[in-house]
Amino acid sequence: MEALTHFAPYTGWVYPNETVIEWSVLIVVYPYLTGLVAGAFTVSSLYQVFGFERLKPVAHLALLSSLCAMIFVPIPLLLHLGHPERAFNSTITPHLTSAMAVFGYFATFYIVLLLIETWFAYRTYFVEQAQRRQGLLGRAYRVLTLGSYDVSENAMRYDAKWIFYLALLGIPGAHGLHGYAGFVFGSLKSREWWSSDLMPVIFLFSAIISGVSLLVVLYVASCKLRKVTIDEACVKGLAYTIWGFIMVALLLEGLEFANLVYKGREGVEVIMEFVTGRLLVPYFILQFAIGSIFPLLLLSWMIWRKTTGRALIIGVTTCACLVMFSVFMMRWNVVIGGQEISKTGKGLLTYNMLTFGREGWILAACVLFAPLFGLIGLSRFLPPFEHGPHTAAVTSAR
Amino acid sequence: MNQETKPTLAARRAFLNKLGLAATCGGAVVGSLAGIPVVAAKTEPVSKGGTLPLKDYDWTKHQWSFGVDATKCIGCLRCVEACKVENNVVRDAHHFRTWVERYVYLEGENSARIDSQQDPVNIAASGSEAEYRFANRYQDAKVEKAFFVPKLCNHCEHPACVQVCPTGATYKTEDGVVLIDHEYCFGCRYCVQACPYGARFFNEEKGVTDKCTWCYHRITKGLQPACVDACPVGARIFGDLKDKQSPISLFIRNNRVQVLKPETGNAPNVYYVGIDKEVR
Repeated sequence: MEALTHFAPYTGWVYPNETVIEWSVLIVVYPYLTGLVAGAFTVSSLYQVFGFERLKPVAHLALLSSLCAMIFVPIPLLLHLGHPERAFNSTITPHLTSAMAVFGYFATFYIVLLLIETWFAYRTYFVEQAQRRQGLLGRAYRVLTLGSYDVSENAMRYDAKWIFYLALLGIPGAHGLHGYAGFVFGSLKSREWWSSDLMPVIFLFSAIISGVSLLVVLYVASCKLRKVTIDEACVKGLAYTIWGFIMVALLLEGLEFANLVYKGREGVEVIMEFVTGRLLVPYFILQFAIGSIFPLLLLSWMIWRKTTGRALIIGVTTCACLVMFSVFMMRWNVVIGGQEISKTGKGLLTYNMLTFGREGWILAACVLFAPLFGLIGLSRFLPPFEHGPHTAAVTSAR
Repeated sequence: MNQETKPTLAARRAFLNKLGLAATCGGAVVGSLAGIPVVAAKTEPVSKGGTLPLKDYDWTKHQWSFGVDATKCIGCLRCVEACKVENNVVRDAHHFRTWVERYVYLEGENSARIDSQQDPVNIAASGSEAEYRFANRYQDAKVEKAFFVPKLCNHCEHPACVQVCPTGATYKTEDGVVLIDHEYCFGCRYCVQACPYGARFFNEEKGVTDKCTWCYHRITKGLQPACVDACPVGARIFGDLKDKQSPISLFIRNNRVQVLKPETGNAPNVYYVGIDKEVR
């Protein structure tokens, strides 16, 4: 085990054991990744279930992004555990009064669902590649077909039905997974900053905007890299989605903060000292002003002015980057901010982020960006843009 | 559906059925290897009438409880030292199974100045993070009121730590003590977050959470917790509520006692006398 080097300086009065901030930057990364999973899946479902045709160009990218992020979701948790080798204790013998105990089931269910949906979405591609390619790659594709080479119209219709129902089932799955992450924090009565009924919903809406924003960035970047024309209608569709959801996210977060201040329960003075002091920049400036309100205004302006072309792409991509950053700051302000306010209600702590080691920011950054590299690797094997005949078949089958 | 497709679909359904069957069988095998029935018992409430595998100790015959008479505490911190030694608690200023808080009201001030032995000023006075004493920091100030409050795990009736533990590694015993199974805890620290009293900490060396057990290894042998034994003024009272003449029964009966943070609904089992409005 590592030596203890991360105790937190404090002001005021804090309980002695609080001087070690136990949930580090890794636990910030964890809900951020689950948020991306839920958000990306939302885009996939908007096309697959609700028939938002303009999101078609990113539908498969959304599915793959969700899958890649989901594969890495357990990693920060495993890295954080004191005994990662005992990780399955909570799944094998779950203590059912614990919100955390159901994570294993939720995660497993959702990963399996994503894998099955991805398989159906890429089945024709697997068949095509299995028949065309030789060698190891060909063999891999033949294994992935699971022996099913039927790509007739009826089989395609059958596949489309599966995709539809899996996407339908995935909506409560993905959103439940992330709502649960919010519940892990919101259900704790020990911390005033966390203890809120709105927390799961706030997590959910911020998740959606982060996932949709991720897709904007990935789509625009991939089009640039592939030197392909960017589908403006698609980018606009994603921008509308961000615009709609960001308003709800902002409203909910504002309501929660207003509740906290208005109720003015014991310890609110310290909370106010915190938010107007050390949290002023990360909370009001970075999370709200730059990360949420500015993108909302910019998107509103572009929608109002019917901006098109290069200006639209640059504007929406900028907003998307800011929203992703804002949601990361929201996770940070919840996870770290909550622990920086003492349970005594009379003191504030300062989290000193480590650089190296299991709880260090380098490893956390690696985990944060790992899904991106996973996606780059996976998209070589399962191209998100280049199996047109199948997507056409899915659309026609619906 | 045409003639070509039907068999294919049937074959696919059969394949999926087989896959489902295989998954069920696999799960059963893994489950039996993991010994579900044995370990699952840990996550359930303690069975009535069950006993620990200890000779001469029946946990159904006791209901342990703890009292703190803050009017007696002199802040000598022998309890903290005794606890660290008895329970092999990390000798630093960040891990405590028990601690003592000092509340000082200076003239003209409305709220107390609060510190504990882990405060950097007090550590500087002791000269080491492994030794504890309260620095005489108010010697030149006009003190209106001052008192000490010993703190420890409250072994709540409805412990939030037990509620949130994902594995059931922390549990409430039949005799009223909240314990942690260090062989089963995986160190997620959710319980540390859930405890409103800051009574839990993470042991980095062992990779598990830790907290006061009321010296369970001692009380089940008829001894007192180490902190109670070490207290020179009788500020810490421990005993069995099932014995109406035990020190704790008399303490609760003869005093107007209160608990910390009752609004949490945790129903703490450490009873206080002589604490003030600012003690949480």
